[in-house]
Amino acid sequence: MQINTRTIKELAEEGERLDERDMDEYRDIELETDYIETTAQGSAKVSIGDTQVIVGLSADVEEPYPDQPNKGSIAVNAELAPMADRDFEAGPPGEEGTELARVVDRGIRESEAVDFEKLCIEPKEKVMVIFIDIHILNNDGNLLDACALAALAALKTGYLPAYSTEEREVNHEEKWKDIPMTKEPVMVTGRKINGQLLWDATRQEEEAQAARLSVTATEEDKIVAMQKGGRESLTHDEMTEIMDQAESQASKIREILHEETGE
Amino acid sequence: MSEQEIQWFDEDGKRIDGRDKDEMRETKMEADVLSEADGSAMVEVGNTRVIASVFGPQDLHPKHLIESDRAVIKMRYNMAPFSVDDRMSPGPNRRATEIGLVAKRALEPALEMEKFPKTGIDISMEIIESDGGTRAAGITAASLALADAGMPMKGLVSATAAGVVDDTVVLDVIGKEDKKGNADIPIATINGGDEVTLLQMDGDLTKEQVDDCISLAREGCAELDQMQREALHEVYQTENGGDQ
Repeated sequence: MQINTRTIKELAEEGERLDERDMDEYRDIELETDYIETTAQGSAKVSIGDTQVIVGLSADVEEPYPDQPNKGSIAVNAELAPMADRDFEAGPPGEEGTELARVVDRGIRESEAVDFEKLCIEPKEKVMVIFIDIHILNNDGNLLDACALAALAALKTGYLPAYSTEEREVNHEEKWKDIPMTKEPVMVTGRKINGQLLWDATRQEEEAQAARLSVTATEEDKIVAMQKGGRESLTHDEMTEIMDQAESQASKIREILHEETGE
Repeated sequence: MSEQEIQWFDEDGKRIDGRDKDEMRETKMEADVLSEADGSAMVEVGNTRVIASVFGPQDLHPKHLIESDRAVIKMRYNMAPFSVDDRMSPGPNRRATEIGLVAKRALEPALEMEKFPKTGIDISMEIIESDGGTRAAGITAASLALADAGMPMKGLVSATAAGVVDDTVVLDVIGKEDKKGNADIPIATINGGDEVTLLQMDGDLTKEQVDDCISLAREGCAELDQMQREALHEVYQTENGGDQ
């Protein structure tokens, strides 16, 4: 690993990478929606290179928050399954899993991609909550971008189940309506290695990374969420550079989404 | 829910999903589906889908689990929240703990554990989608993953369940049949043969019915064993010119 880290840093200086990609080039992205056919109300599997994640949706009915009596909500949860990475341990979500879930959550929540008011069944009484469960199968880096895409694709193609007020029960088999979506927030993560910016880092590159910045952008080129990570600092200029490239990176990923969802 | 009379068999003797009594669901297997784990496999039995992974033999933590003359298996059986109709809260529960234990016992007799003293083998089964038979599919997948990891084995382990529905013995019970049927008996065998490494039962059966279930499940295991071999061939014939 140490040798790779040094090689990765040296190569980065020349604008090169171990897997011979361009610095701004993503690995092949594969997206499959409705991956879970029978038990989820929407789902997607995303592969970016060898990284594989699944997102499945479950809708349930809850009482709304008192200050938002006519709004439903989302709840994002991430399972970093031990099978995905030698370093992942079984147990409740740790720092990394919690951050992952919260950053994905913010991109969807802050862009108002899901119209929470349309999740309301009966004001003050009953609203729908969409559980967005992220399951990491294989970690070869860039989990954030993969998970955000899988979550968005699952929401775009998922549905809300019917709720029977008499029986006070959700009927998962019966559809109430499509999930009311207004925007397409896409997360892209840039990394600085040895002063050079690169995109879609592999797990090895992440180990060599100095700093990362994840940017979630909508199709209107609005930035709705950001998260800096990594041990080192980023300068203002470096952050601007990442934000500048984020729009075009995000729109490339959005094209892959549209191909799969047929828009 | 009202207890309606469900017609478990139509006039041609077909089950609610169109299968014959002794017919397994459509089953697919693939080895080497993950890059980070030492060994991995995916098994789909109808709508039930399981991914299994193996890390090791490797250092074992915590240290007090170490055995001086053999390897120790740490087993995780986990259902993804979206794998069932009513969302499953994340985290371990008593059912998962017990299944992990019986799955470990199902696999261990087929492994040459004594070749790796003082080490641990970490096995995970992630249930991605569930329609009954997840422990059986998990064991079948885990055995494939162990072979994919290059673990020395006396044989492959495959598992399926037989049950009794409306007083008729049926193979490979699905979720609905399990909930409303008379009984369900998961079985695992080594190399699809006579050595049974998993047996559980709950229900209300005569000795003859239990006997019939075991026989039928063993036939199913033999069929699965063949498919496991084919799945390994797919990976190792093309990559390594047919050894293994």
